Amino acid sequence: MTISNTRPITPELIAAHGLKPDEYQRILDLIGREPTFTELGIFSAMWNEHCSYKSSKKWLRTLPTKGDVVIQGPGENAGVVDIGDGDCVVFKMESHNHPSYIEPYQGAATGVGGILRDVFTMGARPIAAMNALRFGEPDHPKTRHLVAGVVSGVGGYGNSFGVPTVGGEVNFDARYNGNILVNAFAAGLAKTDGIFLSEAKGVGLPVVYLGAKTGRDGVGGATMASAEFDDSIEEKRPTVQVGDPFTEKCLLEACLELMASGAVIAIQDMGAAGLTCSAVEMGAKGDLGIELDLDRVPVREERMSAYEMMLSESQERMLMVLRPEKERQAEAIFTKWGLDFAIVGKTTDDLRFRILHQGEEVANLPIKELGDQAPEYDRPWVEPAKPAALAESDVPQADIADSLLTMLGGPDLSSRRWVWEQYDTMIQGNSLQRPGGDAGVVRVDGHDSKALAFSSDVTPRYCEADPYEGGKQAVAECWRNLTATGALPLAATDNLNFGNPERPEIMGQFVHAIKGIGEACRELNFPIVSGNVSLYNETNGQGILPTPTIGGVGLLGDWRKMVRIGFAAEGEPILLVGAAQNWGTHLGQSIYLRDVHGRTDGPPPPVDLAHEKRVGDHVRALIASGIVTACHDLSDGGLAVGLAEMAMASGIGAAIDTPSADPIPAFFGEDQGRYLLTLSIRPDSAEWEALRAEQQKLGVAAALIGTTGGAELKLGQAHAISVEKLVTTHESWFPRFMGT
Amino acid sequence: MKSAVVLLPGLNRDRDMIAALTRISGQPPVTVWESDTAIPDVDLIVIPGGFSYGDYLRCGAIAARMPALRAVAEKAAQGVMVIGVCNGFQILVEAGLLPGALMRNTSLKFVCREVKLEVANANTAFTRNYRPGQIIRCPVAHHDGNYFADAETLARLEGNGQVVFRYAEGTNPNGSINDIAGIVNDKGNVLGMMPHPENLIEAAHGGTDGRALFESALGIAA
Repeated sequence: MTISNTRPITPELIAAHGLKPDEYQRILDLIGREPTFTELGIFSAMWNEHCSYKSSKKWLRTLPTKGDVVIQGPGENAGVVDIGDGDCVVFKMESHNHPSYIEPYQGAATGVGGILRDVFTMGARPIAAMNALRFGEPDHPKTRHLVAGVVSGVGGYGNSFGVPTVGGEVNFDARYNGNILVNAFAAGLAKTDGIFLSEAKGVGLPVVYLGAKTGRDGVGGATMASAEFDDSIEEKRPTVQVGDPFTEKCLLEACLELMASGAVIAIQDMGAAGLTCSAVEMGAKGDLGIELDLDRVPVREERMSAYEMMLSESQERMLMVLRPEKERQAEAIFTKWGLDFAIVGKTTDDLRFRILHQGEEVANLPIKELGDQAPEYDRPWVEPAKPAALAESDVPQADIADSLLTMLGGPDLSSRRWVWEQYDTMIQGNSLQRPGGDAGVVRVDGHDSKALAFSSDVTPRYCEADPYEGGKQAVAECWRNLTATGALPLAATDNLNFGNPERPEIMGQFVHAIKGIGEACRELNFPIVSGNVSLYNETNGQGILPTPTIGGVGLLGDWRKMVRIGFAAEGEPILLVGAAQNWGTHLGQSIYLRDVHGRTDGPPPPVDLAHEKRVGDHVRALIASGIVTACHDLSDGGLAVGLAEMAMASGIGAAIDTPSADPIPAFFGEDQGRYLLTLSIRPDSAEWEALRAEQQKLGVAAALIGTTGGAELKLGQAHAISVEKLVTTHESWFPRFMGT
Repeated sequence: MKSAVVLLPGLNRDRDMIAALTRISGQPPVTVWESDTAIPDVDLIVIPGGFSYGDYLRCGAIAARMPALRAVAEKAAQGVMVIGVCNGFQILVEAGLLPGALMRNTSLKFVCREVKLEVANANTAFTRNYRPGQIIRCPVAHHDGNYFADAETLARLEGNGQVVFRYAEGTNPNGSINDIAGIVNDKGNVLGMMPHPENLIEAAHGGTDGRALFESALGIAA
């Protein structure tokens, strides 16, 4: 049955479209009449939180988005950063949280598909992907099902499309029980003079529809993603889209061929709110009107209404403004790849968004106002309460070796091999570092020494305890992970996942996290060039942990100088760089307190950004000098876990000195700005003396804490653990949990 | 020696394969599109990995019925060497150029990791630069690599030395019968294998164990 365009607009219908009464009044004021049913759908798609950023815009504007290497900041499909020699890297991270909870395989798959499309719409060939996944507690009845579905969906799409997944995160916490997070990152490589944007230019030019046909899947998806969940969630399954990676791979090749032919004036992928959002964006950015004739839209279902076509989120589709003289050449490229190519409209000079269907005008709206006049809110927020510091005497004791094994064999620190072996990590033949290290590293195709490093980071429990410090820490850890490979961090993308912004305490978390992120990005010269905000991540009033995921990109001038986390040889000195005299001090919010003592109290470790930068720049310079044989940053679990990870990655053990103070904070404290390095120079050499003198001059603390070698890890006075035992413990949790 | 790479919609290791052949032979391979009915004069034809036609219907089934595959079959009948890697192997099986079938991995999951391969027959045009019984490293990345053949076919393959690569040291990633990772046809000019030697041919890949396969096929001395 076709839904009529003359359906009466009732308060119930308005509410069902996620529009508040004052927002509806704004529509009436704007157009001076009652909207048609199709128009109501269009407003709902453009003005929901997901598309309009109405709660977050005010705060997003405070983020640093410019820098020497930034070619394109936020506002396009993805950010663009110069990497020299006429090449640039194009990247973004985006959430697909709500769909993935409702239908994990398709939700995750289309999340990957959407972010890949964002990247290749700009003219870039995707070269790397990452995924930051947060699930509920392992014992929750839905968790296994969600893990299995999401992981196979990520792999199912990315593997078939042909992009290596080189990094990511997987965490578990009860606060995600009813609302998991699936944040997908993609990066592509383009020529700086071959970037394509969405701004339409020229009046009377053809608007072309490319890719897959339009169906009823995903109608209203963006509006769904802007609402909280409750127990009626099963009814929302039809709003999840279905992905077809084969079509996307063909679309990639066809688009890149088309772009090379010179036929493209402007191009925009159809993501959230499909045809509506893409058309409005192209027109509004170019100060042009757009007229669409829906009878020409390729459809795969019969009797679709204008409303359904305008709100469909069918995947693998693009909209383009074409140079008319290239029409036949363009069509031939799409025919070759078996894809639809249809002229569905034209650009106009009247700044109207006009939709024709079966000879009738079903919508006629002011195109600029649809985007620009979306409501914007300065939502009230409250200062988050700061947790009290742990008393100095409050250092709960436990056996060091046993605690290390407990942590390494637990849900959060155990190996993620079960996950990433389902992802193709080496396709394209350029992967230099695959998952399991500090960052994924991929060679730059066509260049003999350059490589790009990628890392995705956030510590949600820190953000929950102190959103400001947690925001800083997410950026700092990402910057540190890139640095630990030897890469110079260039820029980042942010994927801000929070609860309901209409609650002042949630808005307080958001505001403070953004402040922390902004400050860290400024201090570390690490601008935010793209991103996505996902709010309303709550179920039945319980919000998720605040989770502002940071995806960072770094550049290695010469990948032959890159280092990895595994100990490289026996008998090498181990240097702890950036630590206080007692190696580690901060136990608040540590994995040790949580996993060994069941405590989640205290403030997170503070990040001293000047220190972070000083230490990181020094480590990077040391790696470039060629004397560093392995490097690993310290994060969750502190020094003990860092050492264990270096040993497990190579099979070589280490003997570590006895710390001068209490070994518990020394080995398990999560103080920030620290790195473990092994060096090819000997502690009694002249080079060593020179290094120590330089570190003193720079004000970078560094302690010689032990030596690599043997088949055991011995932490001070604790009993030695064989590397084999570490590996078995580390590798067994995930397969056991998943039952395979 | 000259080579060609078959391109089909959905294949995605074509660029890896073209890069490997170019690097090893010093000249880029010619490419053959799905609708091409003839293949230029070359000594080696390679069908790379990926998900041709989305692996819809059955892995390799649609590809096997394309004009380009009929052209490959003609060339194979003339004695031209053919290599199918991963999806390429599945396509050769579906096209009837190699016996057996490739079923879903026993784990029912996609698997991407490095395995060990034993060179079970070093006396083929594809493996002569390896030592008999040599154990090499090689990556795999597939969802449907579980090789199966009936008892009679299997006995013939084993008896004729048509099993060229076997998963070694307990690294069989997919449940393949007799640990079979790669086979040749009875004439010895068509090789199908699930692992990806093209992803282990230079220092940046962390090893060069895959190189000797292409050097053998391209007649380059080790």
